[in-house]
Amino acid sequence: MAAHVLFDAPGPKTVARHRTYSVVAVLVLLVLLGLAVKRLYDEGQFAYELWEPFVTPNIMQAIGEAWLDTLSMAALAVLGALVFGVVFGVAKLSEHTPVRWASWVVVEFFRAVPVIMLMTFSFYAVFNSMSIERGAYWSVVLSLTVYNGAVLAEVFRAGINALPRGQAEAAYAIGMRKTQVMNLILLPQAVKIMIPAIISQMVVALKDTSLILIVFGVGLTKILKSLPLSFNNIVPTTLVIAGLYVLTNLVLTAIANYAQKKFVGEKEMLQVSMVGQTDQNQSAATF
Amino acid sequence: MDAVLESLPDVFRAFGYTVLLFLVSGVFSLIGGTLLVAMRVGPVSVLNKAAATYVTLVRNTPLLAVFFFFSFAAPKIGINFKWVDVHIGTFDFTSFFSTAVVALTLYTSTFVCEALRSGVNAVPLGQAEAARAIGLPFSGVMRAVVLPQAFRASVPPVASALIALLKNTSVAAVFGVIEAASQMKIMTNNNADERWGIFIAFALGYVLLVEVVSLAAGTLERRWRIA
Repeated sequence: MAAHVLFDAPGPKTVARHRTYSVVAVLVLLVLLGLAVKRLYDEGQFAYELWEPFVTPNIMQAIGEAWLDTLSMAALAVLGALVFGVVFGVAKLSEHTPVRWASWVVVEFFRAVPVIMLMTFSFYAVFNSMSIERGAYWSVVLSLTVYNGAVLAEVFRAGINALPRGQAEAAYAIGMRKTQVMNLILLPQAVKIMIPAIISQMVVALKDTSLILIVFGVGLTKILKSLPLSFNNIVPTTLVIAGLYVLTNLVLTAIANYAQKKFVGEKEMLQVSMVGQTDQNQSAATF
Repeated sequence: MDAVLESLPDVFRAFGYTVLLFLVSGVFSLIGGTLLVAMRVGPVSVLNKAAATYVTLVRNTPLLAVFFFFSFAAPKIGINFKWVDVHIGTFDFTSFFSTAVVALTLYTSTFVCEALRSGVNAVPLGQAEAARAIGLPFSGVMRAVVLPQAFRASVPPVASALIALLKNTSVAAVFGVIEAASQMKIMTNNNADERWGIFIAFALGYVLLVEVVSLAAGTLERRWRIA
């Protein structure tokens, strides 16, 4: 291992000791894994009938369609969140105090309220005139739009604040107006460093689509709820559906990392913390 | 708002469950996250890989799926928490509560692990090298130089993870714990004409709780900051 802040390069004795640890660790992990597999086997969870649905063409097709539903909910929500995020992120940087305050309230509110509550509320109060399935679909999209939009607003603000101050100053110096500085100079540069963070947000949105189960199953959660009823295979279904989410998210993460390398380089991905923003605001306001 | 005011004891009890879920799984998650990060940054590469695999898998799984597994799938293979049956005051700690704690802990531990790891990574290598160069033993390097800095750097990300946990306790509403989100759903169903008032009231409850955690974290961050 390369130089590490926690320990020095090991000498021959330590290397030998680490080897012993490794052997013990491998044995412990193998025993744990073996116990898990044995438990599944003893309870008959490897029986072919329980897994057969996942290789049955029409059920596979249903799962595929459900997966597309989930993906489209997340994609629509992120697109909506982008608009919401740009509007409120820029509003938070406004020179007009009331605009800044109003957008601060909106962003903080939607960042603090659990998504599951937004979904329950929008399902019963906003989309109650639609059919249950449509209503559930659109309440997922709306809830995730405002929640992720609030997060992205912070990302946008952080992205614009991360640009060198000279960029805005130079633009003002050549006589550009406020809107021009934002649209022509700041946003195009900020968007580039924000693209990876936006793709990562897609992972969060994709995971959160599952929360609609509180009122009704849509997308992959529909399969999660209905398949075990017909095949009595709740363990395999949970594992397969969770696996599908994980695979999709891993692909998205890989894309985000690629975008990070391509657009930003080796720097850390832009991240927004839930605490300490007041300090950042002050330091941003002082220049 | 009338509906909320009429059943104020129920609302407080529901938020009580939210806070209890947060506190219990928060403590366990901090312990779990510390164990994971110890494996993750330790010198034994097998443990390092095992912890990394666990963190990657669980972080990319929806919390709802983790809950679903422990609520419905795990009992099928003989893992259940029916043996938990404690009643303190008006609060019941039964299998629903303990299942929620297990799911929240397993999920949040991974985020705490990553937060702590980012704290360790924030310490420049030169700090440890300088400490070794002036002759500090391993314990001295850790105690006096590396860990204090790593600890301070990890306060904000750990606080973010805990705030996420606070909001995630609402997933327990789907799995039988009558906490705030679940109480809101019950009241929304019973009082169709007061949906907006009920939603705003519960949302403000959450905003308040999040602000408390956020302020506490901000205070600790300032108090522990050097210079």
